[in-house]
Amino acid sequence: MLKVDHLTVKFPSRFGDVTAVENMSMHIGPGEIHGLVGESGAGKSTVGAAIIGLLQSPGFVSDGTMTLGETDLRSIDRFEAHALRGKRISMIFQDPQTSLNPLMRIEDQLIETILAHEDMPTSAAQKRAVDLLEEMGIEGASARMQSYPHQFSGGMRQRVVIALALCTNPELIIADEPTTALDVAVQSQVLELIRRLADVRKVSFMLITHDIGVIAQIADTVTVMRRGKLIENGPTARVLGHPEHDYTKQLMAAVPPLDRKIARFQVPDEDGPATAGKSKGDAAEAWLLGGKKPVPVGLTLDAINVAFPGVRTSFWQKPKPFVALSDISFDVTAGSVTGIVGESGSGKSTLAKTLTGLIKPESGTMTLGGSDLPGGKARSRHHPSRQLIQMVFQDPFSSLNSRHKIGAILAEPLWLYGLVEDKEERRALCADMLALVGMAPEAIDKYPHQFSGGQRQRIAVARALLARPKVLICDEPTSALDVSIQAQLLNLLKDLQSAFGLTVIFISHNLSVVRQMADDVVVLRHGRIQETGPSERVYQSPQADYTQRLLALTPTMPSDWR
Amino acid sequence: MWAFIKRHEGLWLFTRSPAVMIAAIVALAIMIGAVFAPWIAPVNPYDLASFSLMDGLLPPVWEEFGSERFLLGTDDQGRDMISSILYGARLSLIIGVSAMIIASVLGVGLGLAAGYFGGRFDAIVMRIADIQLALPAILTALLIDGIARGILPPEMQQDLRVAVLTLAIALSLWVNFARTARASTFVQMNKEYVQAAVMQGQHPLRIMFVHILPNILGPLLVIMTVDLASAILLEATLSFLGIGLPADSPSLGTLIRIGMQFLLSGEWWILWIPTLFLIALVVSINVLGDFLRDVFNPRLR
Amino acid sequence: MVYFIAKRLVQSLFVMLAVAFLAFSLFRFVGDPITQMTGVETSVEDQERLRDELGLNDPFAYQFARFTGDMLQGDFGFSYRTRQPVAEMIATRIPATLELGVVALLISLFVGIPAGVYTALRPRGAATQAILMMTLVGVSIPTFVIGIILIFFFGVQLGWLPTFGRGGTVNLGGWDTSFLTVDGWRAIILPAITLGVYQLTLTMRLVRAEMMDVMQSDYIRFATARGVPMGRLYFKHALANTMVPVITIIGLQFGGVIAFSIVTESVFQWPGMGLLFLESIRFVDIPVMGVYLVVIAFFFVLVNLIVDLLYVAIDPRLRIRDVS
Repeated sequence: MLKVDHLTVKFPSRFGDVTAVENMSMHIGPGEIHGLVGESGAGKSTVGAAIIGLLQSPGFVSDGTMTLGETDLRSIDRFEAHALRGKRISMIFQDPQTSLNPLMRIEDQLIETILAHEDMPTSAAQKRAVDLLEEMGIEGASARMQSYPHQFSGGMRQRVVIALALCTNPELIIADEPTTALDVAVQSQVLELIRRLADVRKVSFMLITHDIGVIAQIADTVTVMRRGKLIENGPTARVLGHPEHDYTKQLMAAVPPLDRKIARFQVPDEDGPATAGKSKGDAAEAWLLGGKKPVPVGLTLDAINVAFPGVRTSFWQKPKPFVALSDISFDVTAGSVTGIVGESGSGKSTLAKTLTGLIKPESGTMTLGGSDLPGGKARSRHHPSRQLIQMVFQDPFSSLNSRHKIGAILAEPLWLYGLVEDKEERRALCADMLALVGMAPEAIDKYPHQFSGGQRQRIAVARALLARPKVLICDEPTSALDVSIQAQLLNLLKDLQSAFGLTVIFISHNLSVVRQMADDVVVLRHGRIQETGPSERVYQSPQADYTQRLLALTPTMPSDWR
Repeated sequence: MWAFIKRHEGLWLFTRSPAVMIAAIVALAIMIGAVFAPWIAPVNPYDLASFSLMDGLLPPVWEEFGSERFLLGTDDQGRDMISSILYGARLSLIIGVSAMIIASVLGVGLGLAAGYFGGRFDAIVMRIADIQLALPAILTALLIDGIARGILPPEMQQDLRVAVLTLAIALSLWVNFARTARASTFVQMNKEYVQAAVMQGQHPLRIMFVHILPNILGPLLVIMTVDLASAILLEATLSFLGIGLPADSPSLGTLIRIGMQFLLSGEWWILWIPTLFLIALVVSINVLGDFLRDVFNPRLR
Repeated sequence: MVYFIAKRLVQSLFVMLAVAFLAFSLFRFVGDPITQMTGVETSVEDQERLRDELGLNDPFAYQFARFTGDMLQGDFGFSYRTRQPVAEMIATRIPATLELGVVALLISLFVGIPAGVYTALRPRGAATQAILMMTLVGVSIPTFVIGIILIFFFGVQLGWLPTFGRGGTVNLGGWDTSFLTVDGWRAIILPAITLGVYQLTLTMRLVRAEMMDVMQSDYIRFATARGVPMGRLYFKHALANTMVPVITIIGLQFGGVIAFSIVTESVFQWPGMGLLFLESIRFVDIPVMGVYLVVIAFFFVLVNLIVDLLYVAIDPRLRIRDVS
């Protein structure tokens, strides 16, 4: 079916040609789901784009062969290539919110695509569109088809996208991160649909993803890529279950398991050359401890309610407020890690912003170490909690001011809270703190854009520590990172937490990651607590229906794979 | 040096584009000429004693009857064209640059604050901007000029011409800055580094000017260039309409208005040389602005 | 949807009220209306009586309310300069300016949009680079210079087209139109091009920028990936999405067209509102200035309301509520 041999893709730049994909080979048979897995920069999406002939300019295929059935994909001209797209190869993109033309009805988009490739009356195309949508699990398709994309929910939209990719019966569908933007429940439905289409209609899928759990669940065969190169490929159970290559082994070791808690991830790069033979941040450690054993501080929330004003749509009716959090009460034990899990829209981030005083709760009380913690604007800029509660954010690319040097970013809490008055002393301490989080102290004179995502997250952790906090709130700190980098950061957070007696609130949508970190867990859904308890108990025997469902639907890999 | 340029996105693009380099040289040359006009210009066109009617209407040096004393010829009063143009460009640039600076300080300040505080303050600023938008730049400038004529006593009007003109132009341009600054600030407000600063309890003024402002300078720089061009054009237009600067202290626009009288006669240089000069100045500023836009918006490259 | 339009209506009223207030303040505070209306020979008592009769001693808010009320009834006061009713003076000038503005706007749209689409689809072509350079020069030449150049070539050198006035007009129920005579059309060509060039370059650059943005979007990439024919891809998918932001800006531009017609009218001696305004500024004829202001703001607000309606017509997200 699809055969790719020695594919090489290059992007010309002023520094010479950059090789994005090198010597890539793979084979996908009819009805086969082939997973293409790798970390960011591996060149997975470039392979997909090269096959369907939509490489971003100025990239070009410099070497190798690609054949679909009898057709040589490299020798056809651009008109033939365009006619082939949709007819024989189609594609599904990551974000269903932006993949559909907002100004056209679903029906028009479907019929247009069918008529572009097949000569049939409009009524026949319309009938096929209805049947297809029904097959995708959209009820009342002939009526729903009249709607515009914004009238569908995220999961439904991805079904429409799949219907669009499928409506001309292509042989191969390239799915680029098709479930990354979806919640687990919707993700499992979409994956089931893909599996069924492969089995029943014999459509081949090339499933590009960074999520090894997804691959383990539905891919028949898998290719592992790294930095544009093929690492290994073969049947999924063989490659992921019994990896031969060191890189695959490391990758598998870094994936957090859902079914157990492991003390530390085995990461080869840890304590790498950057810190070897130099300071390990002893001075910073001593400064943080202040010569004493740390006294941890706990946190309580009692009946917290948060509501946002709704969007006004009428002069007469008051807009209905959107309730983001309702009746949230739980205690965070001093010196422990509390995990907060939930899908998108569950109110996790709102909770973090409420704790840090960015959002004012409608009602309810919060305390920090026994004393009252006012919310929103009621918390003055000089309130002690401003120093005691620090936060690590989700997006390493926006959480550091790109116009300031690392030194200036790190020194901010030191002078703001009057912790260190002397400028030279501040600089020395910042440099040592960098060493403590596993960075080279020379980083102090560089700008954020000179670092990778994982390094920036370490800098963000250093900034939080330099306030001498008691409570550290981590809002999805690893969701923008690759698994191996994630494993390193989780190790670091664990080390720092136990060394300095920090109370940590760890927020994530990823159940497996939370399991690795948390002592206690709070499960949130639509702004309400579904379940709380010690994490081992919640993961072993979940009480709430919602928790049970969530755990069941999260893609996992067979436990004998490592 | 070369390695540095190659690594620097903006400088690299600069060296790749001859049009932009020429524009930069032209703009720079005109600016230097304007700034040092009192030292460069052969005569002082404001000084009635320095020229004589005897030299009136001499063509440029390469034409028949041209004189080497007046390279680009003279006007009907016998003023040297080069000197008039240099002094005119000086005045145009003084007004344009000051108007642009006033507009940017006012606009960026309001836009930044509106974006940061949001809510009612934002609503008020934006409503004022709406009203300003309903009265386009040239109208605002004309109106302020008209008001000044009504309020100020006639003897002050001459002295305050430049100030009134500058203010009129500045007030008609601030909305651009305010809207751009506000929109960019909104984008930055959602960035986590701003939230981190708010959360830490930093002072709002520090967050606005130390954290946010450096991050929105790119688009503002583009607006500054484009608006400098607009300000120069606006001044020329007002002077052309006869309500800008008077004939005894001519800007480029006034020179063109005077030259209009010679549109039908043979003395083409009195009209077309200042016109070409004005166009060259504005085109090169706009080319630079366009270049900056491309540098700050890689998607459009 | 009703709420969206109603909200815009309220905002427009607010803008109109603010502009009316501006016009009123002009009238009330810039120069003393009484000294403007009367000659030096009028006695102080007579002046005071007039002041009382005109209600200039009434409370400020009351005066403003009366001013607004009068305006709503079509009573715009009298010109200081000609002693004629301002309403009449402006009304006779409106057709000239509107016809000029509409022709200029049409030129800018019919040339600007295709040029914008072309340059967006062929970003690296030689023609694109040439067009882009030309538009840069276009925005850099002041309107009056374009006018002068056109007059010089087509009027003076070639003698093809008239260089001032409206030529022949036909009166249709109180509206003087140039569109019904050959002379009228000949007269409108040069001023309309002069006025349209600047708008044209703005329209073209805007369409180009938006179109390039849209071409990068996921739904265009997806449509390409499923082989939607190129013609439909560019015009049905991309251009339609491009038009949503473009019509807003064009609405804003129309105000600019009317205002810039001041310059064009001055260059071509076109008997429109702009020329009247310019004369009234020279003579500090405050009532005419104020009313001109209100009329301009009214056109601006009206056009933007129409743009909002177009918006609703194009974008289903504003028409149909989200069900999910």
